[in-house]
Amino acid sequence: MNMNPFVCIPLLPFISFLLLGLFGRQLKPLAGIIATLLMAVSTALSLSVAYTYFFVSGKVEGIYQTLVPLQYKWLEFSPSLSIDMGILIDPISVMMLIVVTVVSLMVHLYSISYMKGEDRYASFFSYLGLFTFSMLALVLSSNIFQIYIFWELVGISSFLLIGFYYDRPSAVKASRKAFLVTRFADLGFLIGILILAFEAHTLDFRVLIERLTHPESEFLIHASTTTFLGASALTWGLVLVFMGGVGKSAMFPMHIWLPDAMEGPTPVSALIHAATMVVAGVYLVARLFPVFAISCPAALDLVMVIGVLSAILAALIACTQTDIKRVLAYSTMSQIGYMMFSLGVARWGMDSQNGFTASMFHLFTHAFFKALLFLAAGVIIHHVHSNEIKAMGGLRKLLPITHITFLVACLAIAGIPPLSGFFSKEEILLATYHFNVSVFLLALLTSGITAFYMFRLYFHIFWYSPTQQVSSKATHHEAEFVMLLALILLAGGAALSGFIPFSRFVSANGIPFNTSLHYDFSILPVASALTGTGFAFYLYKAKNLRPDRIAERIKHLYTLSYHKFYIDEFYTMVNHSIHRLIAYPSAWIDRQVVDGSVNMSGKAAKTASEGIREMQSGQVHQYVFWFIAGILILAVVVMYGMG
Amino acid sequence: MNSLLLLKHELLLTALLLIFILIKLLKEISNHQFFLITCVLLAVNFLAGFFGNSYGSVFGNMFHTNEFISIQKNILNLATLLIVLSSWSWLKHHHHVPEFFILLLTTLLGMFFMLSSGNFLMFYLSLELATIPLAALCNFDLEKKQSSEAGMKMILLSALASAVLLLGISFIYGTTGTISFTELSFNLTGHPLQVFGFILVFAGFAFKLSVIPFHLWTADVYEGSPVAITAYLSVVSKGAMVFIFTTILYTVFRQIENTGYNTLFITAVVTMTIGNLFAIRQQNLKRFLAFSSIAQVGFILVGLSGYNQLGISSATYFIFIYVFSNLAAFAVVGLISAASGKENINDYRGLAKTNPSLAWIMALSLFSLAGIPPTAGFFGKFFLLAAGAGKGNFVLITIAALNIVLSLYYYLRVIRVMFMDQHDSPIPNIKCDKAFNTAAVIFIAGILIAGIWDYPFQIINTLAPYIFTAY
Repeated sequence: MNMNPFVCIPLLPFISFLLLGLFGRQLKPLAGIIATLLMAVSTALSLSVAYTYFFVSGKVEGIYQTLVPLQYKWLEFSPSLSIDMGILIDPISVMMLIVVTVVSLMVHLYSISYMKGEDRYASFFSYLGLFTFSMLALVLSSNIFQIYIFWELVGISSFLLIGFYYDRPSAVKASRKAFLVTRFADLGFLIGILILAFEAHTLDFRVLIERLTHPESEFLIHASTTTFLGASALTWGLVLVFMGGVGKSAMFPMHIWLPDAMEGPTPVSALIHAATMVVAGVYLVARLFPVFAISCPAALDLVMVIGVLSAILAALIACTQTDIKRVLAYSTMSQIGYMMFSLGVARWGMDSQNGFTASMFHLFTHAFFKALLFLAAGVIIHHVHSNEIKAMGGLRKLLPITHITFLVACLAIAGIPPLSGFFSKEEILLATYHFNVSVFLLALLTSGITAFYMFRLYFHIFWYSPTQQVSSKATHHEAEFVMLLALILLAGGAALSGFIPFSRFVSANGIPFNTSLHYDFSILPVASALTGTGFAFYLYKAKNLRPDRIAERIKHLYTLSYHKFYIDEFYTMVNHSIHRLIAYPSAWIDRQVVDGSVNMSGKAAKTASEGIREMQSGQVHQYVFWFIAGILILAVVVMYGMG
Repeated sequence: MNSLLLLKHELLLTALLLIFILIKLLKEISNHQFFLITCVLLAVNFLAGFFGNSYGSVFGNMFHTNEFISIQKNILNLATLLIVLSSWSWLKHHHHVPEFFILLLTTLLGMFFMLSSGNFLMFYLSLELATIPLAALCNFDLEKKQSSEAGMKMILLSALASAVLLLGISFIYGTTGTISFTELSFNLTGHPLQVFGFILVFAGFAFKLSVIPFHLWTADVYEGSPVAITAYLSVVSKGAMVFIFTTILYTVFRQIENTGYNTLFITAVVTMTIGNLFAIRQQNLKRFLAFSSIAQVGFILVGLSGYNQLGISSATYFIFIYVFSNLAAFAVVGLISAASGKENINDYRGLAKTNPSLAWIMALSLFSLAGIPPTAGFFGKFFLLAAGAGKGNFVLITIAALNIVLSLYYYLRVIRVMFMDQHDSPIPNIKCDKAFNTAAVIFIAGILIAGIWDYPFQIINTLAPYIFTAY
């Protein structure tokens, strides 16, 4: 396969980043159009690449091949261990190329109009370019360290974009929170990488997977027999790598940054915090899936538990939130939880790998309808100048096209046939059903709750209170054409992408297989979705007192959910105690040990009154005391203590 | 002739020192010309370091050199040049400019000899040559009491450290009968007296490197000294000590690797953690940088504890990067301190509004110190951790990783103060001179390029095995 298009796909957004970053001010009105055109070329290239891969040259003897069209040795530690920069092509990376470029193109298009009039219009597009470049490079990475580099770069562009309105304190706070939480998770990821690289003596994905899955491989035997705190080195490595994914994909318990990240401009939320960056964690697990599934299924159980917990927790919280973007944020978390546990229920082998395909399928369809929901929410927020759903209501006549597209997205995410979400969810549920029935029941429940909160949002925005606000801002009816175009195109994707026979393209081992709809199995999921929808219709179709009465009846659960199960508060508390944990002992050392030894040397009266003192008192003889004490302690510990 | 070429760095410096002393007596040259001559010579010396390097030894193995040592000298040379450039705005108002340069170049000469020393006697002599002028330099803010205090503490405590070091050397000499590095590397047996001798020698090094608990002089001396000297202490002096410590640890003491490993493990953990905890509490930027540099040394010890080739190259590479990131921070602090006398973190509120370029240089260097990609500091830390992981001690790596998070907290705090906080009377706009701008460009280029381009690391990594050539 020719390597040129693969290099061009990430390079074009990067050019857009450089161009607008350097000459943005001069180009101002044209900035958005230039960025969008570059993005369009990149999208066209990735579509053609995908066509070539899936239909022309990717399949050899019925198996989709993993190709590396470009490999460049970048840093060499030793002849056997080096960091390369390369491009890896396989079904999931090609699929991600489509998702990232298409959604990014739509967001570019939409932002031309949405961000109009912003002072830093050009910077916005240049950040978008940087983000898209890093995300594409992440997806194409051929080795685990390269993925880490772009993983960080994605985090940095996300940091820049969340804090885009940097004059708002809340935006600054949110961007810092997101950065710190994900950085913390990334440290786990980095240690995981080091462990895997140490065990497999390589960073290259193909070699790493080969060495850690082949049953007779000495690397695998060493990795699974070395143990630390009761788990093998391999398990530790995989769990720590997964921890990176948990942070990036906002899974429980590291999800607290995602709702706050909604402080960023809405198109950013659509691109980064709904469709692309947050699924990087899922992508990472999928990338290493053979190692997980063949060598360490226990780690997959963890993936499943974390996934299903996040799915149901986020769904419950979403039911009571009143900020439209926060509801969507929790719904994103819940859907990514779906993808995670779907990977968690997959195993290696022809008959048990459906979960893998289903997860990728859901990732694909979710990108369309979730991006659409966010972009539509942007139109609505522009219209009513508030994020609170209480300020909305009866908007269906004022925003007819937004209304229809939003409805399509809601139907899709709720899993109503024949929209895309139905197909992907149904596959996930089927795979889960065959693996573990109680997880299946939880997933089914989540699916019902999903339908409920999405339609709660829908009815609240477009129906509920009678049509109002017609007089004010009469000019402000429907959004501009480019924004609507983006909405309509995405709605097309959300409606139709479910009909793609996904299992013929994407599977864990590259061998296509067929799936068919099981009509009898579909009854339960559809019924659950319809129940949720119906309940929302009953409560929120028009203004009434029923929601309040129900909230009153289940008061405890309601407050729990409204306060997001107090997880943020819990972290704040832990944070404070850590702070105290550090501050108190060091103050104690200052007071007792340092001042104590000062007392010894007879200077007590002088210094005791001066309160907390540092270990450095400024007294030279005391420094000498510590110096000698240090030598003696070291000598005793090293010579006798450690043998 | 050929053997004299091995001494080219040292000969150039010595020649210039003699010339300086002569023209100082003749008083025929202005301060600015002194400055220019020093810069040119350091630049020439730096460039000369790229050509005609070879290995060999002179003076009966007292002095030896090879291509790796040449690189290390070049790094120190570059750092000194950058310090001279970035501190000129402070120095030009000083009354004793020629003395400053003479003392500075003398310590550099001492460090060059130290890096090339082939036995403990030579090592000790050059160490003193490097230390004593430095104590005088600490005292260079002549009208400030704090500065005199810093000089005094430096000389007293250095004397203590030297005494301990000599005691350690004498134990080792007593049990083996030799002070030659080459012979020692074969003759050490792990006798308890040798182990204790190693710990004493280590304590001498630890003092210079500010390893906890031998670090107590650091904060006082850093705070009291002129900023240029603080920068010199924390980068050049410390860098030279890291280089020679690596060599001695990996060659002379290679027979007692286990003791070395245990010592490094304990002190690395303590140094990183306590250094970070203290750095969190500091208000004065110079003290803050002092403690953060203590924590950074802890990371270097983590890398060295790997006892592999990557350990050597990662420590050297880290110093190389540290030259840019830490000196950039000190340059900004020095410029602001010289112009406004302000050194506290809270004084920096609103700096980004009045002095955006200074604030950005500072932010970039703090990012690099914190190890955030794509700045150079990330790879510096990464290689150290990777080297430390070589022994499979993941407890140490985990503690190091947690410390990175901890350090992130206080580095970001300074950035927040500069960019987000408001101040009623922020530091007024400061005009930078040409020398500072030149240095700033090199800092930024260094931080960004070393974060992307792997060539420097490759060079260092290929040459690292040279430290074993003489043995």
